[in-house]
Amino acid sequence: MSNELDYLSRRVAAGKLSRRDFLGRAAALGVTATFANSLLSSAVRAAGPVKGGTLKAGLVGGESTNSLDPALFMTQVPFAFGKMWGELIVELSPDGKLENRIAEEIGSSDDAKVWTLKIRDGIEFHNGKTVTAEDVAATLERHSDEKSKSGALGYMKGIDTIKVNGKEVVLTLKEPNADLPYLLSDYHLIVQPNGGKDKADAGIGAGPYKVKVNEPGVRHGGERFANYWQGDKMGHADQIEIIVINDATARTAALQGGQVNMINRVEPKIVDLIKRVPGVTIRNHSGPGHYVFIMHCNTAPFDNNDLRMALKLAIDREEMLKKVLRGYGSLGNDFPINASYPLFTEIEQRKYDPDKAKFHYKKSGHDGAVLLRTSDVAFPGAVDASQLFQQSAAKAGIKIELKREPGDGYWNEVWNKQPFCASYWGGRSTQDQMYSTAYLSTADWNDTRFKRPDFDKMVLAARAELDEAKRKAMYHDMAVMVRDEGGLILPMFNQFIDATGPKVAGWVEDPHQELCNGYALAKCWLEA
Amino acid sequence: MSSPIVKLVAQRIALGILLLLAVSVLIFAGTQILPGDVAQAILGQSATPESLANLREQLGLNQPAYIRYFHWLGGVLTGDLGTAMSSGQDIATSIKERLWNTLFLAFWAAIVAIPLAITLGLIAVRYRNGWVDKLISGVALASTSFPEFFIGYLLVFYFAVQHQWFPAISTVYDGMSLGERLQAIALPAAALTLVVLAHMMRMTRAAILNVMQSAYVETAELKGLSAAAVIRKHAFPNAIAPIINVVMLNLAYLVVGVVVVEVIFVYPGMGQYLVDHVTKRDVPVVQAVGLIFAAVYITLNIVADIAAIVANPRLRHPR
Repeated sequence: MSNELDYLSRRVAAGKLSRRDFLGRAAALGVTATFANSLLSSAVRAAGPVKGGTLKAGLVGGESTNSLDPALFMTQVPFAFGKMWGELIVELSPDGKLENRIAEEIGSSDDAKVWTLKIRDGIEFHNGKTVTAEDVAATLERHSDEKSKSGALGYMKGIDTIKVNGKEVVLTLKEPNADLPYLLSDYHLIVQPNGGKDKADAGIGAGPYKVKVNEPGVRHGGERFANYWQGDKMGHADQIEIIVINDATARTAALQGGQVNMINRVEPKIVDLIKRVPGVTIRNHSGPGHYVFIMHCNTAPFDNNDLRMALKLAIDREEMLKKVLRGYGSLGNDFPINASYPLFTEIEQRKYDPDKAKFHYKKSGHDGAVLLRTSDVAFPGAVDASQLFQQSAAKAGIKIELKREPGDGYWNEVWNKQPFCASYWGGRSTQDQMYSTAYLSTADWNDTRFKRPDFDKMVLAARAELDEAKRKAMYHDMAVMVRDEGGLILPMFNQFIDATGPKVAGWVEDPHQELCNGYALAKCWLEA
Repeated sequence: MSSPIVKLVAQRIALGILLLLAVSVLIFAGTQILPGDVAQAILGQSATPESLANLREQLGLNQPAYIRYFHWLGGVLTGDLGTAMSSGQDIATSIKERLWNTLFLAFWAAIVAIPLAITLGLIAVRYRNGWVDKLISGVALASTSFPEFFIGYLLVFYFAVQHQWFPAISTVYDGMSLGERLQAIALPAAALTLVVLAHMMRMTRAAILNVMQSAYVETAELKGLSAAAVIRKHAFPNAIAPIINVVMLNLAYLVVGVVVVEVIFVYPGMGQYLVDHVTKRDVPVVQAVGLIFAAVYITLNIVADIAAIVANPRLRHPR
């Protein structure tokens, strides 16, 4: 059987058999689609990337206000274009491990307080200069400066001193942090000549493509950088182009019409239609992003854990996943971590249980309706999801009153202000980052008002722990605490849904961000 | 040219300028009535009373509204439209290219739409009340009755997705040749043409038919001129004034009404720029774009008036 599959997958790689036919034949041989797909991609990779051509992506998330200064990156287009022209110190690999990039080696002292980055030899900037330890140090300095307004400032503030020692950069932290390498994989921290202190938006980095066109809000173009240090692995197309298409229908039409080879953010409700278009492949992958209903643990009536538990049990997650995300997601379990994070452990799945919900509701002593605020901007399908929640809760005897808020001002007036509302989180790269951003007592974005000194202590202890097994156990305990006592109702994790057009090969599933963590244009190629 | 014409033209232009001033007052007042001010909009969530006061001082928001109005107006007259709140970029520079793109699209849509509409109108008159007339009117009215986003999506579906003759998105940029640009804007220009066609065509038809009732046309017919010659030599020149009027109105629509079409086709013009900034409540940009749209509208109306006056001797001597 496997011989036949091998043969078939090689035929696909050689372009003699369509992907769809292959999957059909594989199914006939009794192979699951997932396995067949992975077999296929390895066969295509074995056939080797095709060099040349132009790859184009049509992406949502670009504005006329975008800048090439990596410190100011916020939306999807600068993020993806930054990965094309910039090179990071360290990156997360698709399997969730750390992959050293400009740093050849990263080591730490036993207390995780002093970190040493050894800089790799022979990496070149687009302006012909060699990347040095000084450049890396200057980059980190600039992002730790309030004036840079860097999106990474939050973590960078934890660095006390940055010193250069020959080919090494030595970082001393204010508090121990075992996650430092993960933090350094932040997409803002593109290494620039002299850290970008001379001209932050020069667009000169050490990435696989040189900036050729930069028209913010319209398009960005890159030309292959001949001296890229990993030219065999990335940068297959001669030219890459990102066209900003914020309108979802126009984006889909551009893919169908062949103006672009890939798009991001396909809406779940049209995925099934797009799938049927010949040549189009849907690339969906679960990530850390999640859709939530958040209750303030310090505001009546949500200051009562029985009421919170009743609401958590009164939501029908399976139904919501099926109807709102059309299956393009995974079930949530009321803590913000899933398998896309390192050191994740499974906890028993919470299920819809009207009887138990009724029991906790009675015990809470609450009477009358609970007011839930929702809006279309909270997450795609939030209003529908809220209505489903209302219905499933009604079956448990809990009355939820819905208030639809205007999208304009939702993030200023409702989220993080009102005690019960719909919202979303994009997720972070490590558990520590996620918990520090939204679950520490002192965090600005503690949108569930989960203020527990014992939990804070656990976060800090886990951050300083270098022993992985111990850390994993600590994160497990923290997750249980948030799940059973917190104010978070997390029905589902959403997926990134990208799509590629005909002949796009080399796609690598990556749980960290959409478009192969932003590298799709550099990692993919066009089959001959 | 006699002096009454010059006087009339001068009057129209003066009136237009006055109207534009009135519009600028309206735009300014409108944005003042909105709750919150620019300082609050800039600071957003992180606003403290102290930082608000500082920023208001810095932006000169403490001055009375009329002083700020004249300040703004003075800036506009000297080509300084201010800076965009969201990006801190100079508005005039950002608008220049966008305005050019919008005018480019409007120009080519007009080049196709106006001759087409007038020709169709003439044909409709020639075969009035026959099946040709009814077919032309029916199709044109149908295309106008559909909202432009619907027509846009239909064109995308058929010409871009099904047949791939034209691109679905109309991104244009420097360094594109004229041919490439024209191919890129083919679909939005077609959508705009379909939207404005019927109005001009019907007006042409009605105006000429009106003239056709008159005695001198009957005389021409009795002289033995062919139907086409009657229309060309006698009816059309006399009907030109109302036609110019409706053409100008539609030209104005092509420039200021393209917002939806630009968004659908991802065309980097003024409409897209306006929408981007409205969602961010970028008041200075919205003011500037509003004023430019008003200026285009008023200018084209003046041109229409003047052209009508020049074309029609009767209007030159108002009683």
